[in-house]
Amino acid sequence: MKGKINNIIENVGLPRIIIFFFLVLLFALAPIVGISLSISINDVIVRFGMNGILVLSLVPMVKSGCGLNFGLQLGIIAGLLGAVISIEMEATGFAGFFMAIGIAIFFAVILGFLYGALLNKIKGDEMVVATYIGFSSVSFMCIMWLILPFKSPNMIWPYGGTGLRTTISNQGYWFHILTDFLQIKIGNHIAFPTGTILFFIFLVFLVWAFFRTKTGTAIVAVGSNPEYAKSCGVNVDKMRIISVILSTTIAAIGIIVYEESFGFIQLYMAPLYMAFPAIAALLLGGASVGKASIKNVIIGAFLFQGILTMTPSVINNIIMSDMSESIRIVLSNGMIVYALTRTMRERS
Amino acid sequence: MKQQNLTKTLNPAVQFLINYAVPIIFSILVAIAIPLSGLPGDYLVREIMTRLTRNSFIILSLLIPVMAGMGMNFSIVLGAMAGEIGLIFITDWQIVGISGMLLAMLISTPLAILLGYFGGIVLNRAKGREMVTGFMLAFLMNGIYQLVVLYGMGNIIPISNSDILLPREYGIRNAIDLVGVRGALDKLISLKVGGLLIPVVTLLVIAALCMFIIWFKKTMLGQEIRSVGQDNNVAKISGINVGNTRVLSIIISTVLACYGQIIFLQNIGTMNTYNSHEQVGVFAIAALLVGGASVKKATVPNVFVGVILFHTMFIVSPRAGKALIGQAQLGEYFRVFVSYGVIAFSLALYAWRARVEKENDRRKAMVLKREILQSTNPAGGE
Repeated sequence: MKGKINNIIENVGLPRIIIFFFLVLLFALAPIVGISLSISINDVIVRFGMNGILVLSLVPMVKSGCGLNFGLQLGIIAGLLGAVISIEMEATGFAGFFMAIGIAIFFAVILGFLYGALLNKIKGDEMVVATYIGFSSVSFMCIMWLILPFKSPNMIWPYGGTGLRTTISNQGYWFHILTDFLQIKIGNHIAFPTGTILFFIFLVFLVWAFFRTKTGTAIVAVGSNPEYAKSCGVNVDKMRIISVILSTTIAAIGIIVYEESFGFIQLYMAPLYMAFPAIAALLLGGASVGKASIKNVIIGAFLFQGILTMTPSVINNIIMSDMSESIRIVLSNGMIVYALTRTMRERS
Repeated sequence: MKQQNLTKTLNPAVQFLINYAVPIIFSILVAIAIPLSGLPGDYLVREIMTRLTRNSFIILSLLIPVMAGMGMNFSIVLGAMAGEIGLIFITDWQIVGISGMLLAMLISTPLAILLGYFGGIVLNRAKGREMVTGFMLAFLMNGIYQLVVLYGMGNIIPISNSDILLPREYGIRNAIDLVGVRGALDKLISLKVGGLLIPVVTLLVIAALCMFIIWFKKTMLGQEIRSVGQDNNVAKISGINVGNTRVLSIIISTVLACYGQIIFLQNIGTMNTYNSHEQVGVFAIAALLVGGASVKKATVPNVFVGVILFHTMFIVSPRAGKALIGQAQLGEYFRVFVSYGVIAFSLALYAWRARVEKENDRRKAMVLKREILQSTNPAGGE
């Protein structure tokens, strides 16, 4: 019996078990401190829809052996470019939303290609370099947001200032375009974001289907054994670049969906640390540095957003102070550190 | 084939350019930015002197893990946190001057050793990806630091001085005025040369640390650390406990970073309780890389070249940005971009070169093998 439990702990990983029970505890405590369970669960679902695609975007790169995409910000930048350009062109409604996505994909493919080509040159050190590629591109874009010639009065600083604002509202353009699509309302507080979830499922399906095509299988082969893949005649570098382009593109779409639901486009330093919560969520779902699946994405995004939604409300009610931010930092970064140390033990 | 040429058949001048690409590019940037900023020379010299005394110590703390082959130690942030906790206590007890500073060092040393030990063990479990792990570890410990300082201090850990506590009676304020230890070390003995105030003691302390590092390389332990850095397996065969040696190098680095942060903060005079340590790792590592260091090799001269170049850039970039575009904000962003960009560029350049060299070695070995086979085969045949 004891051996069995140890075995489960070994397989699932202690941090995941702790976090899972922590979340269960939070849900159990919620009614006691006077928080409506149904509203909480609805919040979790809304946030799941917002963040799910960003988590999904990590999968192709893990599968091709490029590791966790610490350079996720590159995709986010492409998405931000798409979003601000669509607003600059005054595109509203679904047209605006898909225009933003179209432009974002254009930039994501270019950036992803360059990023992938670079990662091919530094195999084995992808993650640390990617982290700083992400950081430096975010800070480079800070300069660009200041000097790019955007004109829309809804986006630039008022009173004749130059440069884009730090947060831009997408209200009146494509705010809640997915969230309100086929929305199911129950009472005054519960609104199920059908459109967002459907869009997420659609992308999940695309990724799932892609990994069943010939190219997709080749990417998985490259990730699990590059030498073997090479001997089978697979172009390793090309497959890795495809996976990086795919990751970057999905991330670009992911940030637009996030903004659509959130209502604001956050520029400048806001995307700096956005890679970490997504990575933590994927790992929480059971992925590791070398292995990730759709299942990991869904479980992970749900658990992680559950913690994020529940900790502030429950903990604040219990101890009357906002510890949630610190707990979030410890949980998400702890999960990443755990995963980074874990894979090496498996290999040796 | 093109890749192969890069490291093998290049003439020494091009080799030099590749090796020192970062410092060369940086020197050019600085050379352009100084006249643009229009800052007077004596102001620049004064500022550089301040930055030199402020930052050198903490950058020197990075050298030993590089020796041990663990790359840039992003987890020096842990040491900085330990130092800050020491400073919080002496501010609470209102012990001032140099004795206060020494006490802060004394209190934080065991904490830094403990954190360094923990960090070392974590990094040992992540061999081959120490840097990204160290980096994430710093983030993780930042969360724990927040829990301790923002929620634990004042109720679990007794703090009596209400000046540094938040109005809610527990948790430390966002900013602490280190009025007691401000300049404690810098102003202990200071020489005035022209308009320039030279903090003699701080410079002596930095010089002593440089001497220590140079001496340390030659000691038994230093030799062991270096052989671990060169080749884990060879070191293991020659009877060195690789794991322990690596942990030890991280402990030394963390303790030095802790002292470095205390020296840094006594110079600044105020402490941002929750932000002061956040960028310590990034700025120290960027400066060291600007000085021409790599992940595998970092020396004392790299530190000083790095501090001077990197911080000159810091001083002049807001003004240069204003002169160029009319916005000081641009310069601010530019220097953040430069810090991150330098790290990305040098790490990528190094990883790329390492891969090409490895590939070349493999090819060379194969050619050698073929030659041996060819030379032995006919002999064996006849």
